[in-house]
Order: sequence, then structure tokens, then C-alpha cells
Amino acid sequence: MSQWVEACGAGDIEEEDLIRFDHGGKTYAVYRSPNDEYFATDGLCTHEKVHLEGGLVMDYVIECPKHNGRFDYRTGEALAAPVCVNLNTYPVKVEAGRVFIKIG
Amino acid sequence: MSQHNRDYSLTGRDAQRAVETGLASAEWYHTDVPRKAMKEMMKRKDGPAIRDTVIWLGSMIVLAGIGVALWPSWWSAPFFLAYGVLYGSATDSRWHECGHGTAFKTRWMNDVVYQIASFMIMRNPVTWRWSHTRHHTDTIIVGLDPEIVFMRPPELARILLNFFGVIDAFNAMSAMLRNAFGIISAEERTFVPDTEQPKVIFIARVWFAIYAAVIALAISTGSILPLMLVGLPRLYGAWHHVMTGLLQHGGLAENVIDHRLNSRTVYMNPLSRFIYWNMNYHVEHHMFPMIPYHALPELHALIKDDLPAPNTSILDGYREMWPAVLRQLRYEDYFVRRELPPTAKPYKAEYHQLAPSMLAAA
Repeated sequence: MSQWVEACGAGDIEEEDLIRFDHGGKTYAVYRSPNDEYFATDGLCTHEKVHLEGGLVMDYVIECPKHNGRFDYRTGEALAAPVCVNLNTYPVKVEAGRVFIKIG
Repeated sequence: MSQHNRDYSLTGRDAQRAVETGLASAEWYHTDVPRKAMKEMMKRKDGPAIRDTVIWLGSMIVLAGIGVALWPSWWSAPFFLAYGVLYGSATDSRWHECGHGTAFKTRWMNDVVYQIASFMIMRNPVTWRWSHTRHHTDTIIVGLDPEIVFMRPPELARILLNFFGVIDAFNAMSAMLRNAFGIISAEERTFVPDTEQPKVIFIARVWFAIYAAVIALAISTGSILPLMLVGLPRLYGAWHHVMTGLLQHGGLAENVIDHRLNSRTVYMNPLSRFIYWNMNYHVEHHMFPMIPYHALPELHALIKDDLPAPNTSILDGYREMWPAVLRQLRYEDYFVRRELPPTAKPYKAEYHQLAPSMLAAA
């Protein structure tokens, strides 16, 4: 059953960056866009399961730190080789300065 | 653990063994770098690569123009030799950096230079993108890394012939013909996804058409001049990229998961660094492939206290590597054991249970 889970404070993520969030045995990536929007995806690259937390956020793109594969973190769409499989994305809301993601 | 009779094929015994023992897609050592500094260095820029590309391609046009004007006089030779290095060596690093997508900020610029460089260095841009991906996943893991140059025991004749591109060009032409006829080899299938294989074939057919046109032009004009401009520079200009490339991993450890053990950083002169696009900072590149070539000196300055001392020159690198390679002719298990400075984090023994010879260094 889906539930909203508090991931972090809104200010814990710099603009155009991401952080890692682990919950219930799974790992996620939570993003803050250059326009101060928040998004969440699975934390591991679909190519070789490297965590995206060390990657580079450019506008709405996350680039994997290992092989430079790229995803649109708003939709999870795989944009550039070597990634071919999309990332799962999760709804996000910000309330009272806290970031929640809907998982489960 | 002795590793006599290594099997470097990607479908062989050691490939299976590497998977079984956890060396495949393993977790590698990384020096701690503050996120803020890392973000700053990872930032993409167009400026440095545009400047370097204008110099690179502009120089090629000028050198080729003079070479053609002086042809067939021997006075054209130095101009062709310089043109050859920009064609047959500088393209190695352009292929590499643009393949990572880090050279330019603008994606299409990366892609255009990647295609041009791939053609000149004779590496199918699709096949080699995936091959290099595997090289970064499983760097110098026997049976998994398709880009190991110094297999043990080293085949010195092959290495020496490649200073003139002979083996590489032959293999590249063979692969191009095979792919152009729609055949993807069993080894290629181990790292090129099914969905990408039609692209391999398409590129091979385009290249085949280009080479056929150049050869036809040479025959019709009764001159090798067209081939001096397209194709042959991959042979007569290959020496620089082989000279620098051999230093990347030559003589160092296999089957370890710490780039400080299997990669080499070498200080080089500015001209070689231009041709090589700073890939002399090779430990740094493997540890953090997100960092563009123009930021590697900055990364090196930041993490060098956690790395083995760099070789001070190309000559110094060869003085370390070459005796080790010669010794590997008789003792396959020999390698250069890299020493860490006192400021570095030690090699993690648990990372190298599968290469017990490394434990002494831990």
C-alpha cells in the first residue's frame, strides 16, 4: 500500500542537485531542480545498479557517475547510452519545509 | 594465487570465474571528495573543448593543405607526419572524452566530434562505446575487460606493430567488413545490447562506402595521396596514442578493484597533454569518470595525497613499466606494486581477497 514518507528537509538538497534516501530496504534519489521543484526516482542506475547520488544534475537530467548514462528525473526516461531502461519515479510533495515521497 | 594461462577472451574460463568470485561489476575504491568540490569539477563547459577542437581540426586542415601542395616531394613528409598524429592519435582521446559525454556541455557537439574521431581512429562508435563502458565497469579484470592491452604474457610484437597501427587497423577493417555484412561476433554480443546491434551494422556500411570511395579515387588518379589523407594516417600517426596509452595500465595489477593499483598517472609535456586530452591523469579519470578532461588537473591536485606518486614524465613511466612487462614474459604473475604515500588510505584487504598477492600491500 502506498504511503507518504518523509525523506528530508527541503533545504537539505541544494538547487540542481540530489540526495540519497534509503527506506524499507530500498534506496531512492530525491532531486531539487533549478526551478526549486522536487522529484524522486529509484536510487540505482538501471544500467549497472550504481547509486545515482554521486551523479551530476543538469537542468532536469541526472547523469550516472559511473558510465555517464542520462535520465530525465521528472519522468525517469532513459536519454543516453549506456542506459536503456527507464527509472521508476515517485510522487513528491513538500509540506512545512519537509519533502515527502509516495512509495510502497 | 597463480594465474598461469590466463584466458582473456570475454566468453572464456576467466570470464566465468570473475563473475563467480564477485569481481564483475564490483564496488571500487573511491577517494573521499567533498560534494561541493565534486559538483564544481563535474560542471560541463563548451569553451575548452571548442577551443581545442578548433586548434585540432584547424591544424589538420593547414597541415594537410601544405602536405598536398608539396606532394610528392619529401618536403611534404613532416607535414604529413604531424597531420598523422592529429588523425591517428589525437582522435583516440577525442573518441574517449566525447564517448563519456564530458568534453562539451552541448550534447550534439560531443556527438559530432565522437563520430569524427571514431572514424579516424577506426573504432565503430557503437561497439566501442559499449566496450569502453565495460572497461570502466571491470577495469583490467581478466575475462571481462575488452580493452586490456598488455595481456600476460605480453605479446611484444603485437604491441610494437601497433606503434604503427598495424594490428589495430587490420582488426578494425576486419570488424568493419564483418559488421557491414551483418555479422556481430560472439564477443561483441557480450557487451553490445541487442537493440544497439543494428546501429553497429549501419555505421560499418557507411564507413565501408567511404573507404571504397577513397580507394576508388586513389586508383582512378593513380596516386596514394587520397589514402595519405584518409585511412593511412591511422598507421603513420598512431605512435603517440600507443606511447601514452600503454602507460595507462601497463605492468600494473590485474583483478583488483582499486584504480590506484591498476592505473597510472603520468605527468606529461603540454603538447602530449593536448594530444591526449589530459588522460595522463588516468587514476583520477577511472576513479571519477564524470570529471571532464579540462578539470582533471584540479582533481589531481585535490586527491593526489591519496594516490601513488605519479610518474614524473613519459620516460619515467616507461622506466617503471617496461622492465615489468619484460619480466612478465617469464613470470606472468609479476606486476608493479604501487606504493601509497603515508597520507593515503591503505588498500583495503577485503577488496582484494581474490588477488592475495595484493594483501602484502594492504
